Amino acid sequence: MVLKGKVWKFGDSISTDLICPGRYFHLRSNLPELAKHVLEDADPEFAKKMNKDDFVVGGSNFGLGSSREHAPTIIKIAGVSAVLAKSFARIFYRNAINVGLPLLECDTDKIDEGDELEVDLTTGLIKDTTKGLELEANPLPQAMINILNDGGLVAHIQKHGDFKVV
Amino acid sequence: MGKTLAEKILTEKSGQDAKAGDIVITKVDVAALQDGTGPLAVKQLQKMGMEKVSSNKAILFIDHAAPSPRKELSNDHKLLREFAKKTGATLSEVGDGVIHQRLVESFAKPGDVVIGADSHSCTPGALCAFSTGMGSTDVAIGMALGKTWMRVPDTFKVNVTGEFPKFVCSKDVLLYLIGMIGADGATYKSLEFGGESIKKMSMSSRFVLSNMAVEAGAKTGLIESDEITRQFLEEQGRGNDFKEIRADVDAAYEKVIGIDVAALEPQVAFPHTVDNTKPVSEAKGVKIDQIYIGTCTNGRIEDLEIAAKILEGKNRHPDTRLIICPASRKVYLEALKKGLLEIFVKAGASIMGPGCGPCVGVHEGILGDGENCLSTQNRNFKGRMGNPEGFIYLSSPATAAASAIKGEITDPREM
Repeated sequence: MVLKGKVWKFGDSISTDLICPGRYFHLRSNLPELAKHVLEDADPEFAKKMNKDDFVVGGSNFGLGSSREHAPTIIKIAGVSAVLAKSFARIFYRNAINVGLPLLECDTDKIDEGDELEVDLTTGLIKDTTKGLELEANPLPQAMINILNDGGLVAHIQKHGDFKVV
Repeated sequence: MGKTLAEKILTEKSGQDAKAGDIVITKVDVAALQDGTGPLAVKQLQKMGMEKVSSNKAILFIDHAAPSPRKELSNDHKLLREFAKKTGATLSEVGDGVIHQRLVESFAKPGDVVIGADSHSCTPGALCAFSTGMGSTDVAIGMALGKTWMRVPDTFKVNVTGEFPKFVCSKDVLLYLIGMIGADGATYKSLEFGGESIKKMSMSSRFVLSNMAVEAGAKTGLIESDEITRQFLEEQGRGNDFKEIRADVDAAYEKVIGIDVAALEPQVAFPHTVDNTKPVSEAKGVKIDQIYIGTCTNGRIEDLEIAAKILEGKNRHPDTRLIICPASRKVYLEALKKGLLEIFVKAGASIMGPGCGPCVGVHEGILGDGENCLSTQNRNFKGRMGNPEGFIYLSSPATAAASAIKGEITDPREM
């Protein structure tokens, strides 16, 4: 599947507090409302500015911090098609795959805000059509490909009745 | 080739020879949810028609917004209570305490696999339980099926040696370590803490190390179980839960890190990342509006005792408010019996009921714009305490107590 969209660029160490602030704790059972505040403490206007299918592009250790699955969930609900970063924090990484939000680990230094990207999830090939650049993402572990291909962990368990990751 | 602690526990719980890098399906002994992540977990199980509990222990902790400050959260709490009644899961109510303190007091044991929908679920690693944080859906399914999948982590061995100077403690060791290796320095690894200083360390201090392993990106932070572990479990009325687990002498470590504490200064993490650490001598004089002593990191009786020793007969600085929150009902009661709460109240502190308190930015001490807080918690990200315009510094309870008196960051060794 090839995803196309525009880049919103963020820096290193984008924590789950920046993605899904604790002051909206009371909205966790109202995900569409919570999604209006996605990444608010990294860029207060992000939710208003972005369009469906855009990409979030970060630096290193994207998603560090809490285990709140609400963080990748509201990125997905907001319409972001995938997150690209140099590296991801462990729990965020696993949560994102579980909720069906594609992640691509690659060198994001050359990608700038506003660039248009084409991302092939099958091959991991990333084309920055604004710059004429091609980048390759590190492949996902097979266990995670299995879960993502099933549409996330809930769908994976519903389909197999168990973990089919090995 | 011998096995690390992570490989040993996952070998036993998966029933296969688990080596770093392997994917295993492991039994889940303890599955834990809290009020910030539990409602989503319950809804996922409802969606799947799997409202059941198969892990040995399943516990729902109401601690993050306890007592509830808003009707939305009161309704989330209702959902958790109803789920517990329906499935037989254990409920830890308002005032019982923080998930991680309650897990080590009453639930986790050496050799267990523990999963919690809270990133600091690595805390029981100090009891030598393979213990890690995951999201709501992972823990929900782990709870319902009694198993989960794991990649067996590579291990960094952290050797801690030397005698602790006065008012230098395990929090300072951990802040120093994270300052050295960075907030992603151990991403996906198991940290194994050992060395002569750890062998002599109390369980209370050991829990700080395991609790903050995730702040270096680690999956878990393990410590061999020994006589001190056994004594701790006996004190909790759980002596039978003890099992000695040691890493093999020829275990393969990806890296070995040595820390000599004899020369260590108290450490302070500056806003807005935990790895932005400096020795207290470089932090002295920073004005502090709010001090918070508590949390799953440093809200145990040992922490309150050291704070009380410094605060006894003194007053907080008039421009600095002081919030103290015991980590559990058990800690609260012990602090009460030992007269520590009286010392705190006389020093001008506000005492909160056991729970997460202001650490998660929901209630009980949200920062004002431009305000500085010095806290014994584990995390200082922008917005963490409810206001992105606030600034959070992290330290040990000794440094926090000394700073409460002076109204600015203060070296406790000068008190």
